[in-house]
Amino acid sequence: MSESKPQNPRITWEGCSVLLDINDGDRLVFARLSPSSTIKIGNKKCCLSPLIGCPFGSLFQVETGLKGPYLLRLSATEAAESDHLKEKDDSQPSEGTKDNRSLIDNNKAQSLSSEDIDAMRREGATGDQIIEALIANSSTFEKKTLFSQEKYRLRKQKKYAPRVLLRRPFARSICEAYFKKHPARIGFMRVDALSLLLSLANVSAYSDALVVDMVGGVVTGSVAERLGGTGHVCNTYFGVTPYPMDIVRIFNFNDQICGRIMQTPVADLCSNQENKNELFISHENASSLEIQPDADERSLLTTCILSDDAILEVQSVQEEISSDSLVKSGSISETFLSSGNGTLDHMDVDTCSTESLDVINEENASPVLKTCKSVKPGRRASPEAIKLWKENGFTSLIIAAPDLDTWKIVEELLPLLSYSAPFAIYHQYLQPLATCLHNLQTAKMAVGLQISEPWLREYQVLPCRTHPFMQMSAFGGYILSGVRICSNKTSHQS
Amino acid sequence: MSFLSPHGNKSVEATKQKVQGVALGFKRLITPRCCSREKYTEAAYLVYNTRLKAVKVCDGSELQNRFGVFKHSDWIGKPFGSRVLSNKGGFVYLLAPTPELWTLVLSHRTQILYIADISFVVSYLEIIPGCVVLESGTGSGSLTTSLARAVAPSGHVYTFDFHEQRAASAREDFGRIGLSSFVTVGIRDIQGEGFPDEFCGAADSVFLDLPQPWLAIPSAGNVLKQDGILCSFSPCIEQVQRSCESLRTHFTDIRTFEVLLRTYEVREGRMNCGGDNEGASPGSRPSKRRLPSSSEGSNRKETKGGSVMARPCGETRGLWCLMTKERVKAGDIHQKEVVLGLGVNVKNMILLDLVVVEI
Repeated sequence: MSESKPQNPRITWEGCSVLLDINDGDRLVFARLSPSSTIKIGNKKCCLSPLIGCPFGSLFQVETGLKGPYLLRLSATEAAESDHLKEKDDSQPSEGTKDNRSLIDNNKAQSLSSEDIDAMRREGATGDQIIEALIANSSTFEKKTLFSQEKYRLRKQKKYAPRVLLRRPFARSICEAYFKKHPARIGFMRVDALSLLLSLANVSAYSDALVVDMVGGVVTGSVAERLGGTGHVCNTYFGVTPYPMDIVRIFNFNDQICGRIMQTPVADLCSNQENKNELFISHENASSLEIQPDADERSLLTTCILSDDAILEVQSVQEEISSDSLVKSGSISETFLSSGNGTLDHMDVDTCSTESLDVINEENASPVLKTCKSVKPGRRASPEAIKLWKENGFTSLIIAAPDLDTWKIVEELLPLLSYSAPFAIYHQYLQPLATCLHNLQTAKMAVGLQISEPWLREYQVLPCRTHPFMQMSAFGGYILSGVRICSNKTSHQS
Repeated sequence: MSFLSPHGNKSVEATKQKVQGVALGFKRLITPRCCSREKYTEAAYLVYNTRLKAVKVCDGSELQNRFGVFKHSDWIGKPFGSRVLSNKGGFVYLLAPTPELWTLVLSHRTQILYIADISFVVSYLEIIPGCVVLESGTGSGSLTTSLARAVAPSGHVYTFDFHEQRAASAREDFGRIGLSSFVTVGIRDIQGEGFPDEFCGAADSVFLDLPQPWLAIPSAGNVLKQDGILCSFSPCIEQVQRSCESLRTHFTDIRTFEVLLRTYEVREGRMNCGGDNEGASPGSRPSKRRLPSSSEGSNRKETKGGSVMARPCGETRGLWCLMTKERVKAGDIHQKEVVLGLGVNVKNMILLDLVVVEI
């Protein structure tokens, strides 16, 4: 529960969130490590406990022991050896000596039957031994080119000795994993588009970033990662219900960073813009007593539903709940319920049964262990913070709201930026951004306006086999960027 | 610090008394409102040359360009983002510097990395505040400023170049834009000598932009922490190929990427269904109306019923950027990453007349 205590971020700990890369990117799974969490690979269910305390970057192989399948960490030398094997092949590519003219697809090349393989398994053969046996019994293996021999070996290895790579969940890896598995949940935002947003909006330590994040929290989390526990991310929303930002929890943020992630309705930020002095103070002070416990309570309620472990904390909070906030509890639970589906969504990863491993699973609402922290991301911003933002303006604005009218949002939020502050707006479609750019130009609200579209292609680079990957993402989204300027219309800032 | 939080409390206060640090002046199309007809014509011509310039603001200095003479003393005390006028009524905008703007105005001592590559590299290197990052070569320092922004306030960028004068100029630049406390520029031939021993196992990420990166790769493996990431950026596929071969003995998870950025121009056009496409309607003269998306559209405000259209800029070229990712084998398993890239000039960048200000 005290994840805030200093620890090596490069070594896993109990309760930490990890990204598991199974068979070299074939499957990507977010999991939370606990002694009881498991992962299902093929038809084998393995306990994740051996991963606790291992450095990120460690490689594991599924082996079958007396008590069933388990994950065995490959030592550096073992991993190196298997790579070295490949490398020997690579170093002497013999082109053109063999080809596939004599290969006939009659399903008779392999003389080992599935019964034979099962028998080997029962006798305790390792995955590697099975692979060797398969190769030995393949009548066509020797006729294959070195390249296709390597492919064959790799294919068998994935099936009989699957490997799991332990990765740090970072903005980059999280975005990549989502883009691969559930692109719609992050609004089809590719990792290069996300990187551009962060750069173009000049997000850095001590930024006060205003974010409209309707892409599951990937933007909020990435901004918080760049802030590193300084500045603020103000995740703002239209209406009364905050947008879900569950992806934020996949990042292993400590209390300090979580405390920098605020959620605030646009109405609070925009209220009293003209007469911000007395009106603002009196109004905000009056409501602050209510708002604060409200936010805390809500997050703890979430915790209590998610986790039995949190009961103690919830009790203590209930004592704090004032009558004022009890009045509000109706709306609180409503808020929770409406965002609840999203919240439970992928927090159950630690149970890791079957499907639950594939990045996210929808329905499995099992309890989460060890996720309750003393500070939850997404507190309601304090009146002091709001006041500060109103006085100084935000230093960056990032909008990723595919479902809202881009120009309307910009029109409303741009005045909240300080002068000369950059903004970056993501959209899947070009037209809303084009309209927005045109309107910004006409209204002289910004300079340096540009719409750009990132383009990304991955390559396979191997001796004699360098080529672009066949599958590439055709589209990564559009970004409108610019710099707010001091225009006459909004010259209320001095 | 002005670079990092140009709008933070301190900077805002500072700007009230004196403009501090760097300001970018953004020359814009002069509108008919603020000058005579002749000047308007001249200004319209200049739309194509909209430029950004870094200016050092000193009380008593002046900025002179074809829009007139701008007195720095008029700027002092104004917030960033202000429009300031010249003696002739022309204007520039004073912008606070960001690494993105700096990339557009810095003096090119070498081929530089642009925004698409920079943002991708910073993301893939997984640089967060507090990281220690090694870079070679420094070049013009285009990437370095973004690296520094990402590691601040507690991290540090150590950047090396074998060219003494280039390193000195870069050091001077970093001082000018307030990054000295986050960047150390060293003079060293990383290809020949490798990174200094004192960095052994100390770096979170390493970035290489060298003609023969494979020579520096073993040293990069030594300086990286376990699970650290290496990016190598190369313009030629042969360099990438050779680097990958070398990487395979030291690293794992090697990935190679090409990154490009396509920009779009937006204009309001009138979809004519016959008839009135003569003269007054600016939308009917696309050759004159073709403005880079950064330029001002005020002179088209009378166009009614036009629709806003966007299309890719014809000349836009991006950068080839190949990127690779890996893990080290020796000792504990490390994870590292490499970006290799092919650099091509981006022609379509908005060039600005830049201005820097110092107290």
